Amino acid sequence: MSADPNYITIDGNEAAASIAYRLSEVIAVYPITPASQMGEQADAWALEGRPNLWGVVPDVIEMQSEAGAAGAVHGSLQAGALTTTFTASQGLLLMIPNMYKIAGELTPLVIHVAARAIATHALSIFGDHSDVMAARQTGFAMLSSASVQEAHDLALVAHLATLESRVPFLHFFDGFRTSHEVAKIEAIGDGMLRRLVDEDLIAAHRLRSLNPNRPVLRGSAQDPDVFFQAREAANPFYALVPRIVETAMDRIAAETGRRYGLFEYHGAPDAERVMVIMGSGTGAAIEAVDKLIEQGEKVGVVVVRLYRPFDVASFLAVLPPTAQNLVVMDRTKEPGAVGDPLYLDVVTALAEGERSANVSAGRYGLASKEFTPAMVAGVFEEIRSDQRRRHFTVGIVDDVSGSSIDYDKEWWQEPEDVTRAVFYGLGADGTVGANKNSVKIIGEETSLFAQGYFVYDSKKSGSRTVSHLRISPRKISSTYLIAEADFVAVHHFDFLEGDGVLDVAGPGAKVLLNSPYPAKQIWSKIPPPAQAQIIEKKLDVWAIDALSIAHELGLGGRVNTVLQTCFFHLTDFLDTEEAVAAIKRYIGKTYGKRGEVVVRRNEEAVDRALAGLFQLQPGEITSAGSGVSTVPEAAPDFVKRVTALMMAGKGDLLPVSALPIDGTFPTGTAQWEKRSIAEEIPIWDPDICIDCARCALVCPHAAIRIKAFDPSTATPTGFLSKDSATADLEGWRIVVQVAPDDCTGCGVCVDVCPAKSKEMVKHKAINMRPIAEHLERERRNWSYFLEIPEIDRSEVKSVSVKGSQFARPLFEFSGACAGCGETPYLKLMTQMLGDRVIVANATGCSSIYGGNLPTTPWATNEEGRGPAWSNSLFEDNAEFGLGMRMALEAQRKDAILLVAALAPELGELAEQVLDVVEQLDRSDLDRLVAKQRDLVSRLKVRLAGLEGPLPRRLEAVADSLVETSVWIVGGDGWAYDIGFGGLDHVLASGRNVNILVLDTEVYSNTGGQASKSTPRAAIAKYAAGGKATGKKDLGQIAMSYGNVYVAQIAMGANPTQTVKAFAEAEQHEGVSLIIAYSPCIAHGIEMATQMTHQKEATESGYWPLYRYDPAREDVGEPGLRLDSRKPTLRFTDFARKEARFAMLGRANPDRAAELAEAAQRDIDDRWQLYEQMVNIHRTAVYEEEEQ
Amino acid sequence: MTVDMSTRYLGFELKSPVLPSASPLTGDIDHILALVEAGAPAIVLPSLFEEQIEHDAMAVHFGLELGADGFGEAPGGYLPSLDSYNTGPEDYLELMRRARAEAGVPVIASLNGVSSGGWTLYARVLEDNGVDALELNIYKVAADVEMSSADVELSYLHLVETVRDAVELPLAVKVGPYFSSMASMARRLGEAGADGLVLFNRFYQPDIDLETLGVAPNLRLSTSDELRLVLRWMAILHGRIEPDLAASTGVHEWDDAAKAILAGATVVMMASGLLKHGPHRLSEVQKGLESWLTDNDYASVAQARGSLSQSSVPDPSAFERSNYMKTLTSYAPSW
Repeated sequence: MSADPNYITIDGNEAAASIAYRLSEVIAVYPITPASQMGEQADAWALEGRPNLWGVVPDVIEMQSEAGAAGAVHGSLQAGALTTTFTASQGLLLMIPNMYKIAGELTPLVIHVAARAIATHALSIFGDHSDVMAARQTGFAMLSSASVQEAHDLALVAHLATLESRVPFLHFFDGFRTSHEVAKIEAIGDGMLRRLVDEDLIAAHRLRSLNPNRPVLRGSAQDPDVFFQAREAANPFYALVPRIVETAMDRIAAETGRRYGLFEYHGAPDAERVMVIMGSGTGAAIEAVDKLIEQGEKVGVVVVRLYRPFDVASFLAVLPPTAQNLVVMDRTKEPGAVGDPLYLDVVTALAEGERSANVSAGRYGLASKEFTPAMVAGVFEEIRSDQRRRHFTVGIVDDVSGSSIDYDKEWWQEPEDVTRAVFYGLGADGTVGANKNSVKIIGEETSLFAQGYFVYDSKKSGSRTVSHLRISPRKISSTYLIAEADFVAVHHFDFLEGDGVLDVAGPGAKVLLNSPYPAKQIWSKIPPPAQAQIIEKKLDVWAIDALSIAHELGLGGRVNTVLQTCFFHLTDFLDTEEAVAAIKRYIGKTYGKRGEVVVRRNEEAVDRALAGLFQLQPGEITSAGSGVSTVPEAAPDFVKRVTALMMAGKGDLLPVSALPIDGTFPTGTAQWEKRSIAEEIPIWDPDICIDCARCALVCPHAAIRIKAFDPSTATPTGFLSKDSATADLEGWRIVVQVAPDDCTGCGVCVDVCPAKSKEMVKHKAINMRPIAEHLERERRNWSYFLEIPEIDRSEVKSVSVKGSQFARPLFEFSGACAGCGETPYLKLMTQMLGDRVIVANATGCSSIYGGNLPTTPWATNEEGRGPAWSNSLFEDNAEFGLGMRMALEAQRKDAILLVAALAPELGELAEQVLDVVEQLDRSDLDRLVAKQRDLVSRLKVRLAGLEGPLPRRLEAVADSLVETSVWIVGGDGWAYDIGFGGLDHVLASGRNVNILVLDTEVYSNTGGQASKSTPRAAIAKYAAGGKATGKKDLGQIAMSYGNVYVAQIAMGANPTQTVKAFAEAEQHEGVSLIIAYSPCIAHGIEMATQMTHQKEATESGYWPLYRYDPAREDVGEPGLRLDSRKPTLRFTDFARKEARFAMLGRANPDRAAELAEAAQRDIDDRWQLYEQMVNIHRTAVYEEEEQ
Repeated sequence: MTVDMSTRYLGFELKSPVLPSASPLTGDIDHILALVEAGAPAIVLPSLFEEQIEHDAMAVHFGLELGADGFGEAPGGYLPSLDSYNTGPEDYLELMRRARAEAGVPVIASLNGVSSGGWTLYARVLEDNGVDALELNIYKVAADVEMSSADVELSYLHLVETVRDAVELPLAVKVGPYFSSMASMARRLGEAGADGLVLFNRFYQPDIDLETLGVAPNLRLSTSDELRLVLRWMAILHGRIEPDLAASTGVHEWDDAAKAILAGATVVMMASGLLKHGPHRLSEVQKGLESWLTDNDYASVAQARGSLSQSSVPDPSAFERSNYMKTLTSYAPSW
């Protein structure tokens, strides 16, 4: 046993990955939350040349999907390499076919899984066991870790046991709760690994591999005569797994002193009530059991480690003979089953062991729902009762099925010697990073144990973070959020307003406020409800103006090091002097590679922190407290009842009855979520404005808009407008209006505004101004603006930049990153076609800002029409959209038949309907749709008066007689990689669907992993050395079909071409593909200038603009038309403005130069090809046709 | 008779008085070696800009922090972590080390700071890494309407004193001509610790783009015409102040070099001429200078130096106001 434990402070993902990496030669992965970091770390270690246990740097490869990763893993195993992969959720499901194969072939492998919910009624990135339970039948052994330490230790058990048993292992731990928890653990060093790994077993694995020198055939096809027997032939191997795992656990115990069992019992030896549980929930269960025993209860908990093979004897052996009342807790849901999986296993095990007991099944913690000791106590109380339920839920209020049990939330108090600190920060201020460092400092610089867990919200702009830190003299097994803190840090003063951030503060807790106000003013600035809490709880409040210090030191809004220093000063884990030294050491570790300047400025921030810290003297409560209403009265009932609670962070309080039964939600809800996150908003100067509408076009959040209205309209005082500057709207008044509470302050609108003051060029027609100075007026004006009716579309040229902007966006106020490059395209699409659109949205950024609750930016117009939206999966979106089109066509066919059948009753109307439905002229779709709607409306009226089944059938499908536009939307990860097979099939289908690829050239949503769209020379995760291969030319692939409309667009470079492309795509009766250049924060650019920067993308030929229209071929013209000019800029002139290219130039100038040269070559070659293609007629003309 | 071209500058015995000054040309080891091959007796490296170092480092920092720890699916940010970002002066130091190792001539580092801490920090770093001498490239646009000329001058002097205290290296100071009392300022810079004065520096100047209505700063290469200002101050200062004088700006041809030396320059420095024509131009200027000295029977550069300085010419006022009057007169129309 190691005498001197080597403590490290890491998260669960790193704990598992560090073992897997050192014991592998090939690692094939695909990014998926919350497992992505395991693969990314492996890739980063490989890049820095870190060897595995045998001195070889593992070969890490990112595949096109988890299915691809599993295939590569399978192949690598067959060829004899030690192999691993990391995944979660849908990713694991995509691996299942290969998992059967790998297990069937008795191949040693460990898949490490950060267990996560599977998308059902909704996607969730959070942790539960529905993914691993969906793989329990594959033949993989399954080993469960419940903490960061266990993720480290049991990862090793899995690797040792798979080599010995030949049975592949699925090692899993709970997503986020364990994968992302930072904790102090004892590290397993290389020496220990060497002692434990049996080289003979590796040699045996190699010997079984495919080798032409000793050829075998594996993967045969078998007939009924032998398949069955062969399937049973592996049974002895499974039979040995429990003992092999036990042996591995024992060997690790001998080395480390940390002892594990297949099943472990914790509790009273004479327990009457016993809980069986697996995963991170065991932490809360053990804490509760300990307290219940102290209170004289006879309870205990069985922790399941080896779930498959389920060793009945071992399970029964740990179960106290006195246990009569059992409860099995499942963190998954299997609708329709007798019970959830672990419950069924336990019941079966008891039956097979001829052990009688009352067994209940409890479901808890789906999608990281909190599971606390108080809930555990409630569960034990439930099974004590004679009226105990066989099946129940805990942690929710199920007022529909009555499944949920109640429990005493106040029952659990954390031990007094555990210090609990909660920090509220913004995503951009470095709070989480500093807290991770604080956990490391305490964990590694003191004898104390520390734990950090971090909660993020679902928004990408203005997102808030909550850090939960525990510090204890003992190991920490609390696996739930802090409910009562000794220390609360509020890193933004605004958080005091209405968010209840002080609710978590315990009596007498210290509070650290980042305040822009001086000591004398601060009390009066604190909202009364917070003042009341400070007084009632006798909170010890300290304040500092950290933002000013950060600004003065050129650290932007990153207040982290200033506030971190204050945290250590106000707590007593370290002397202030020691803490300062430690913080500086960690600044060096964290930022050292970025340069001495970064380190120095952060160190200066530390040095200046304490001088500015002062204690607040509470005064009287300045006014009556009033809760801030989340939504106005005008909001729909559902929004007020349900959405409002979610927006307020109180969604946990919603009962089952409040939620839709099938995942269906109303659209148009983002308008009720007033986030007010901008510090500056654009303010319009009508005197300068030239009515170009560019500001409205480019706004990623639909927060700046234009309208035209009759000059005779009486407008309120302070409402700005101007006469139309252009002939097309002569006589109209024009208004450009900001939605002040919805603007993110990104500044894109101001950057593109071409109108400058003649007296002062910095003054444009719109200018960013501090929101505080304009909020009230702009709120009033926005409110009035909404009342102004939309101009009739026939008054403006809708297929134009300006004309398109007079239509109401039906995609508004998304939580996308400030300055997002994707959302302006979606918004434009809804302005042009939104009232007749169905959207199939691939998983990714657009499905998150489009569909992550509480609200959605997809909206409706005054008639209640708007985009209908759905997300299926990441990999199947093209097919998903195709299915939608097929359904629409099927219903339309039915409707046409029915109209024809009812013609005698419908008379002339039937003829009119059929005539307009079969209309071939699509040149003016708006008009056509208006006509169709009018006729269908009349048809419905007529049908209402008709009796019989046919009219009823027609009523149900009558809407299909109106043109519906199907848009298949997703990012490049979907289109170029995981969904490419399906996309290609849809391209080939000839069906009338529109495909919009929001091309950020990287997996944006999961944090910047390379896709096949990532260009040569850019750095990205899995391409940290600069991507060596060129970007896939998706447009050209699509053009090769000949009948697909293809446009490559960049709104900032040529907005007119963008508008035309959307119109033409819609008009094209077949497949249309629009590839839209979408700058992203992953490019490392100043997002305020992302639109103007797109010009350089085009001028350099990096992103050429074109449209390929098969219709042109039909009239004898070349289908391809280039919409951008021959490149005038060099690639390097464009690339040096983007960190994704420029950083490689810093890190490795020679490689950067080499790749830049190749990238220039890519551009030149492609341009040459396109220039030739614009002269090519692909349609053959036969002699007889010529004649 | 062979002319003795040797020159002593900042304590170094140089085989000729024609040096490449700080410019992009000396930012590359191949060009440095080509310059030495062309006869450069010393090399002045391009300026190490504190502001650039700070900007680059912070840009990398903000780039890596962008989006980090703000969104649950991408807690690690959006750009991969690389081994190194080379944001500090390391590239510059590497160039300096290679130049010293391979060029075989004194290597003078040029430094442009923004903060007093930055000036001394990087001066020490350069000294610790073995540079032969330091040239402080000071350029401040005195745009603060509350700051008097005296305060501006004091800030220059304070800076030179601070760096002088921080390092023991030979120290040249390169400044612009925009002082109320250039002569006094030159003297005081010497008293503050400058071993040499490089007159003058040239920087980006604003221009206006009429198409975009934007400010478009740029740098145009100098011409021989710009030598006039330098000549004046070489002539006035020669023999009156302690520091060596380096004529920089406007030396393109051998006759420019000859004029500067006659006016009093210890050395002449070339940038634009070399950027336009290549390193071999240095050799041409040197040879031209040598020929002229030979043809005019000068024994050495030292003999010629300052022979047309203000104190050496019959009409000293020619370098002062009357020069202006004479110019006007010469341009008077003949009609």
